[in-house]
Amino acid sequence: MRFLLGLIFLITAPHAAAQLQIEITGPGVQRTPIAIVPFTGEVNVGSSLTAIVRADLERSGLFRGLEVPPLAPHPNENSPINFGEWRSRLADALVVGSVAANADGRYEVRFRVYDIVKQAPLGAIAYLFTKDNARAAAHRIADFVYEKLTGEKGVFSTQIAYIVKRATTYELQIADADGERAQYLLRSNEPIISPVWSPEGRRIAYVSFESKKPIVYVHHLSENKRQVVASFKGSNSAPAWSPDGKTIAVVLSVEGGSQIYLLNSDGSGPRRRISNSSSIDTEPRYSTDGKWLYFTSDRGGSPQIYRMASTGGEPQRVTFKGSYNVSPRPSPDGRVLAYVTRDAGKFQVALLDLSNQQVQVITDSDRDESPSFAPNGRMILLATVRGGRGVLSAVSSDGRIRQHLPYAGGDVREPSWGPFIE
Amino acid sequence: MHAIIVAALSVAGLLVVAGCQTTPEEQKAAGVEDRSKPGATGKPGADVRSVDRPKIAAVDVTAGRKDAASALKDPASILSKRSIYYDLDKFDVRDEYRGLVEAHAKYLRENPAARILIQGNTDERGSREYNVGLGQRRSDNVKRMLVLLGAREDQIESVSLGEEKPQADGQSEDAWSKNRRSDILYSGEY
Repeated sequence: MRFLLGLIFLITAPHAAAQLQIEITGPGVQRTPIAIVPFTGEVNVGSSLTAIVRADLERSGLFRGLEVPPLAPHPNENSPINFGEWRSRLADALVVGSVAANADGRYEVRFRVYDIVKQAPLGAIAYLFTKDNARAAAHRIADFVYEKLTGEKGVFSTQIAYIVKRATTYELQIADADGERAQYLLRSNEPIISPVWSPEGRRIAYVSFESKKPIVYVHHLSENKRQVVASFKGSNSAPAWSPDGKTIAVVLSVEGGSQIYLLNSDGSGPRRRISNSSSIDTEPRYSTDGKWLYFTSDRGGSPQIYRMASTGGEPQRVTFKGSYNVSPRPSPDGRVLAYVTRDAGKFQVALLDLSNQQVQVITDSDRDESPSFAPNGRMILLATVRGGRGVLSAVSSDGRIRQHLPYAGGDVREPSWGPFIE
Repeated sequence: MHAIIVAALSVAGLLVVAGCQTTPEEQKAAGVEDRSKPGATGKPGADVRSVDRPKIAAVDVTAGRKDAASALKDPASILSKRSIYYDLDKFDVRDEYRGLVEAHAKYLRENPAARILIQGNTDERGSREYNVGLGQRRSDNVKRMLVLLGAREDQIESVSLGEEKPQADGQSEDAWSKNRRSDILYSGEY
């Protein structure tokens, strides 16, 4: 019990919000110009929904928000659309809508999306929300618009988890994908590493050193409680969820060395060892279909990425280029593997195309770690160092768009992008 | 009623057993080794030695441990030295730390109740989880050496803190060399 003294579980007021900087590099990035007309009545909900929607869409690197001049009459979702006029304003897409107070105190936002080039409506929807969930409503709107215009699911409503270190205090925090509405789940005087979201998004597994050694916990977000899932003699680390959320792969030293074991995620049942080597086998990650476990091993002399059947079996080597390849992260569609590679002393994120073995380094900084795919596979969140401080960075999976999320007053590291929220 | 009979029989049984084990004469001589029996040397002075109490055990378990425990913190004792440092990408204990490891092995041998935690550490470069593995390799090696030198396996837990608990900050070889280490902690210290 004495170890709990240094810890506080309760979620409290957020700290200084992260501020996004977007960098778009590389030639040939075409951004779709989109006009998002301020929704009539949105001033009543406190925050500008359309400003948040525009920021979300611009952050994807695929859209450029147009300045919309004052219009009379102000158009909403019921107004007839003059496609020619919007084309003259250089818009390829248009969003119009309105916000109205409901009898139950909630608000209802209704909006419509148009393709100006094809002169066609793309869809309309309404969302109900309370005033303190206005940001969440805006992210849902951005997801809807993004999906109508790109054909892919948006990730603006998802959440991220990461660790903040301030002086000698460590916090496991979760926030919206844009870095806003941050809150902490765990505060400790000892390090916390390797947070990972469960597939359904209601639990986070992580490693805490509060007992002077690494122990794996699972935190239940809505119940605000946590449980120990691996506290064997020696070190317990590197948790990874199976796609069905029932199993957690961990790395234990209980039988000597660092080997991969499977545990039931509810803490029941015995541990099952699935790696058998005298080397370090660590950083397990399931493929999305659950068939494979990717992991880092130095069985060949230098750390490289291998994979084996998730039930155990003979490992196959996956990375061959370079002498230090670690932290494997299979993409959501299973076609690509992101990992960290060291070249001339620089640690950078690389993508390996699993179908043709092509490798592409997608970052140009020198201390990148812990890549984490967005659930739609378009972006990769990672930790890097800028100006001597740890910051989070997001890079598009083609490497052309990069954003930084500087955080006031602390080192930020160990990001994990959460799943889609239904 | 039945309970009383059973209890009485049990007491009787104990007496019978006791009677089988020792004679009244032996009981009277308990704690004194009788060397005046036929076959003993019979030299004058032998009786004095024969009243020795088992004080050797008392010295080992209490007085001896107390002295050694303070030695764990005494700057003049090698037992107060708790850190073993490593070269880059090395995991074996360098010769200059052999004396330190031997001293702790001796202490563990002589103090069977003592328990230690060995924390392996790395410098900050590279993957945090792979570094947990590298730190484990360092602490496992110290543990293996202590066991080979006579400490019991269950007295020692070897763990890793990876790169998470540096002794020195900064991105220099000087800082990194202080962070590639194993630390020994005795129970009560962690």
